[in-house]
Amino acid sequence: MRKLSFSRKSLGIPYALFLLVFVIAPLLVLFYYAFTDGQGQFTIANLTGFFTNPNTMGTLCYSFALAIVTTAVCLLLAYPIAYILAFSNMKSKSVILMLFVMPMWINFSLRITALKEVLTVLEGNLAMHPFLNAVIGMTYDFLPFMILPIYTTISKLDKALREAAMDLGASELETFLKITLPLSVPGIISGVSMVFLPAMTNYVVLDMLYNSTYIMGSLIGSYFAAYNWHGGSMIALILLGIICLFTLLTNGSEEENTRGGALL
Amino acid sequence: MGKSENIIELKHITRTYEDGFSAVSDFNLEVKRGEFVTFLGPSGCGKTTTLRMIAGFDLPTSGEILLNGEPITNLPPNKRPINTVFQRYALFPHMNIYENIAFGLKQKKTPKDVIEKKVKKVLALVDLEGFENRSVATLSGGQQQRIAIARALVNEPEILLLDEPLGALDLKMRKEMQIELKAMHDELGITFIYVTHDQEEALTMSDKIVVMSEGKMQQIGTPEDIYNEPKNAFVADFIGESNIFNGIMTGKLKARFCGGEFACVDDVEQGTHITAVVRPEDVELTAPGEGIISGVVDSVIFKGMHYEITVVSGKNEMVIQSVRSATPGERVGMRVDPENIHIMIAEDHTNIFAADINPDFHLEYNGHILDTSVTKIIKGSRRTEDGTLLDAHGEVIDPKKTKIMVSIQPSDIRMTDNMEEGIVQGYISNLIYKGDHYSYVIHTDLEQDFIVNDEYLWNMDDQVGLLMPVDKMKFALKR
Repeated sequence: MRKLSFSRKSLGIPYALFLLVFVIAPLLVLFYYAFTDGQGQFTIANLTGFFTNPNTMGTLCYSFALAIVTTAVCLLLAYPIAYILAFSNMKSKSVILMLFVMPMWINFSLRITALKEVLTVLEGNLAMHPFLNAVIGMTYDFLPFMILPIYTTISKLDKALREAAMDLGASELETFLKITLPLSVPGIISGVSMVFLPAMTNYVVLDMLYNSTYIMGSLIGSYFAAYNWHGGSMIALILLGIICLFTLLTNGSEEENTRGGALL
Repeated sequence: MGKSENIIELKHITRTYEDGFSAVSDFNLEVKRGEFVTFLGPSGCGKTTTLRMIAGFDLPTSGEILLNGEPITNLPPNKRPINTVFQRYALFPHMNIYENIAFGLKQKKTPKDVIEKKVKKVLALVDLEGFENRSVATLSGGQQQRIAIARALVNEPEILLLDEPLGALDLKMRKEMQIELKAMHDELGITFIYVTHDQEEALTMSDKIVVMSEGKMQQIGTPEDIYNEPKNAFVADFIGESNIFNGIMTGKLKARFCGGEFACVDDVEQGTHITAVVRPEDVELTAPGEGIISGVVDSVIFKGMHYEITVVSGKNEMVIQSVRSATPGERVGMRVDPENIHIMIAEDHTNIFAADINPDFHLEYNGHILDTSVTKIIKGSRRTEDGTLLDAHGEVIDPKKTKIMVSIQPSDIRMTDNMEEGIVQGYISNLIYKGDHYSYVIHTDLEQDFIVNDEYLWNMDDQVGLLMPVDKMKFALKR
């Protein structure tokens, strides 16, 4: 009888299969549709079409603007929260942390629906401020992803570093600007990349808010809804390219700081 | 003069935490300009807390800190002309070496060319010329330590605080840095306040040592003072190895301890209860009968430079460092020069004696069985069915090699005329009237002195038996 033997390599087989079926194959399909027309002929018309169509380019710019504003608002809100969290005592720490993590335990659509009702009461007609509402909705959804990595980075900083700066003559503010802030940059980058990319594509939030704002995600959705798989695939591919570029830029500092996300 | 000589004064400093724990209590200290002062003590003794209060990272609950006679108690650390070398260096990882060292000078708005000159000079001082553009991560622990020292020294502080700065280095590097730090101190003339738990480090480097325990100053003095004249049993025990005995003054410059009568140089009143400290290197081995006391060699360990010999004399143990070896079981005599016996007036009169465990696992002293269970005394121990005794880790306890130290307060012992009733018998060798009671010294047949408090008057040289209730005894395991 042959003995069953496992080498370490064979343990990688399920992962390789998963990668093949769910990543590589869909990517190939995506490439195929992006560079063919309705008759299955090779074409780059989808690519040139995207960059020459003022509507698609407009959506791309608008998505960028929305993502930048959302990320900035998230960062401005998250940093002070993370800072306070990192320096508060054990008891109040868990309370504050819960305050921001607990909403994540509630179903996403329920949360957004609740937000919609609140905004309706405040604004009367949601259609009046589409951009503002889009920023509010996304900030509400993505804020914890910004808080946690920053919080992790700040709380891991050696207390002695700040003491050393004070000891060498820096005031509290100077210590923050020269020590704490620069050393929390990895957390900031990690948080930004976790918020920026979803903010460009996550149109479900907007749909649920009855928001007319049109972002990249909505654009792809509309192409597929109209059975234009070729145009939709090309836009998805372009977005993928943007994501790859962004990841390359932030790669160095991100690596050491993805633990914040794991907390969720 | 007087006042201006002191660069820093701590007056009645107390630091109490919210949970009521006092890290430092009523701490008083004066440090002279240019001194090298070391806070020495075991971890948790309050030495680091005291240092942090001088630096300004921690504020005292009460008391005052004066710098050059001016109060700085509540001044934030950045306003104090004091710099710190941290235990784990605390170099800024996002700056290179030059930026790290220049940090304090930039804070003071020093002109750029002056900063450059000073950084170069201080790097030469710590022997790391040309390291300006290196990053912190590329440096070894020893090099990081030097940079941390340079970063503090470049500001020309009035006082340099060092919080166990050599703790993370290996032994060889530590020894080198000790010498270098001492040399830097002598060269720069800056006041150093140094925190360590390493007594050898403290003795090597300091002008003055402050020994601390449980938030209180135990003794302050030069290394020689601290080593040769420890003020109490804690200091004697913490600084170097010591033989510590309870005893009594039997006459002018005569003390009895460890079963013998020794001549000494400390003039303490006759009849006073004392603690005698003898350093292991000060005990001289003689032929049996020629010394002041004699005993049997119990163990001999070779320590490289000397032998460490443990001699059992009666119920006492004496540790001796000698260049001459001995064989276990050999009978030897021991003598100590009068100037090498350090006599302290005992603060604590607790009687301590060693009891044996007999084959039936009962506690036995002088043939009397003490009515208590051995398993209760040794925490977590248990008897197995085959009659062996196991400790909490399941290891066998050999009753022959194990002794139990029993302590009992003087007022818990009673004297009786009925000799047979007592656990141990002896005669009253001394008595002092203490206002509301008499304090007796009973010299027992086992050559031990017991101190007994009694409100009734007994006579000198009366033969008595000592009654000791078991429920008043405290027990500790000694292997």
